[in-house]
Amino acid sequence: MAAIRIDNLRKGFGSLEVLKGINLDIADGEFVCFLGPSGCGKSTLLRSIAGLEDLDGGSIHLGERDITDIASAKRDIAMVFQNYALYPHMNVRKNLSFGLALNGMKRDEIDRRVDNAADILRIRELLARKPRQLSGGQRQRVAIGRAIVREPKLFLLDEPLSNLDAGLRVTMRVELAALHERLGVTMIYVTHDQVEAMTLSDRVVVLDKGKVSQFGTPLELFYQPANLFVAGFIGSPRMNFVTSDVTGQVDTSVTLNGGGLAHPLTLEMLAAAPIAKPKSVTLGIRPDKIELVSAEEGHLVGDVRLVERLGTESHVHISLQNGGDMTAVVRGTHPVSARERVHLRLAAEHCHLFDGDGQAVARRLDVETQTLINQEKAKRVA
Amino acid sequence: MDMTYAGAEPKVARRKRSAIARYAAPYLFISPWILGFLFFTLGPLVFSLTMSFYDWPVVGERTFVGLENYRSMLFEDPQFWESLWITVKFAAIYVPFNIVMSFLLALMLHHITFASGFFRTAFYLPSVISGVALVTIWSWIYSREYGLLNFMLSFVGIDGPNWLGDPNLAIVAIIIASLWGLGGTMLILLTGLKAIPKELYEAATVSGVPGWAQMVFITLPMLGPMLLFTFITSIISAFQQLTIALLLTKGGPLGSTYFFAMYIYDNAFKYFDMGYAAAGSWVMFIIVLLLSLGVMRWSAAWVYYEGEVRENDGDRNA
Repeated sequence: MAAIRIDNLRKGFGSLEVLKGINLDIADGEFVCFLGPSGCGKSTLLRSIAGLEDLDGGSIHLGERDITDIASAKRDIAMVFQNYALYPHMNVRKNLSFGLALNGMKRDEIDRRVDNAADILRIRELLARKPRQLSGGQRQRVAIGRAIVREPKLFLLDEPLSNLDAGLRVTMRVELAALHERLGVTMIYVTHDQVEAMTLSDRVVVLDKGKVSQFGTPLELFYQPANLFVAGFIGSPRMNFVTSDVTGQVDTSVTLNGGGLAHPLTLEMLAAAPIAKPKSVTLGIRPDKIELVSAEEGHLVGDVRLVERLGTESHVHISLQNGGDMTAVVRGTHPVSARERVHLRLAAEHCHLFDGDGQAVARRLDVETQTLINQEKAKRVA
Repeated sequence: MDMTYAGAEPKVARRKRSAIARYAAPYLFISPWILGFLFFTLGPLVFSLTMSFYDWPVVGERTFVGLENYRSMLFEDPQFWESLWITVKFAAIYVPFNIVMSFLLALMLHHITFASGFFRTAFYLPSVISGVALVTIWSWIYSREYGLLNFMLSFVGIDGPNWLGDPNLAIVAIIIASLWGLGGTMLILLTGLKAIPKELYEAATVSGVPGWAQMVFITLPMLGPMLLFTFITSIISAFQQLTIALLLTKGGPLGSTYFFAMYIYDNAFKYFDMGYAAAGSWVMFIIVLLLSLGVMRWSAAWVYYEGEVRENDGDRNA
């Protein structure tokens, strides 16, 4: 049993509070990513779980065991570091077996574990080499191998792919996913790369300024972001935001007008949203849900600043007439060009609504998306 | 057409000039050092080698004697062997003490966080004090009647010995005084300690590697090149020991601190036999060279060089 429970974890460096009361429940065997911008506290949180940081408060349980005050070596965890942290003067075999040998493990058992890890990671032919004789990807495998030989209950990975080039990162990502599948061990993975987080994770913890902003499955984060931060952080190009006012509300329908909207826009919420009117809200829409239309149909007007042509799609950067910027994703062959005046239609069914505090108002999803999210959740529970 | 041709000529000339400047500039920049090396290092070196084949009094006729200076030194001069033996004894104690104490100090300074800058300066400062000032301080410390050392020993009921007058203790006194200047070695090792990535220790900690094993299997191997460097420079400085012995004990008592460098010094400036002294210098050079080569060869077993770092290598086998 290697579920992790973190209660009200706090950690500061001098007067700087880095973790401000983190609460998390991670299930046994789950692959969870800590995602957030630089300085959000994700690495500190991981290091706290590893026992490499002295905590200011809170507790950490691994399974039923409270490991808050237990030495790192006795936590039954293994960690892979961003820069691999391989011992440069030892060959690969020695790197893998170093910790085991010093913990009094028998030679036969050490050899079995090293050979097993070498087979899993396909590094058997590298065992006699020194780290400097390895490529980035090979070093990464050895670093992971060093974690595997410990046969831990929990794997902690601190941005393990960030030193690799883009192509190799994709390959290693696939291998990591396969490794998790094969070992079935709980893994916590720190990254600032949302593609890694979205593709690898069962669930993602989005951290912002030392707090959990949202903890959910990748599709939940994308389609049901809990707040403006998550909405803006997940998805590339990022979500567009427009401030507007609630001018009408009937049951679950909310009508917005003003703030640059040429026509009123009616959104369907999940429940009768408790928004008092008139109230300033933020409307969010992903770039691929914006259409370039004629003047009569458009909700917003703007001038094209730049068109980035990526082949299958083009990113159109627009300066809105009443201030603010927007990005629309259109088909690759769309004839739009820079300095052109454009009218934008926002697809109401794809709009997100955030209240004055930046918290999302739960919206009604289409059946297909809701089914996908439910399937993802069901898979996690299974 | 003419205009084009006329315009092209100065361009070519400019290119030529800039090519010369490009190739000459680096040599011009290093020329002060090159000249200094030629006149003050290589020149005297060749000169002293030549000198060692001559009977070369300071005043008077110089006579070419071939290898006679070397032969008589090695086979007929007991003082040569005595001074060499004293120097070897000194080096055998001084070198390990210098490295171990420097390492322990560096380790301590690496780990303290409070007033670390002050302590670094405090421990390094003695090594910049001039030799003469150092000897003055130590002669006062070692004084039989008024010395600080014996004064302190008297507090614990010990009647302090005559440090500089006892043939068995004088060399110990010089070793202690020499260790006063270990700040330089300490600084090199401290720099080495700071360069070890802390993730190596964290990885070891998570893997359950105890502290002593981290020291033996991570810190020491990672410091290998620095330890080797300080080992060799300590050997060299031990063999060149002169100032402290010359001023503190003058080679005494009973010749117990008569170091090899002093033997060379006396031959040159007391007996004015420059050829013989030059031969002594070359013998010392060869001994130090052989020792250094031996250490370098031995170091292959315990010194690891990181070499090139290939952080962003693509993996074609991935």
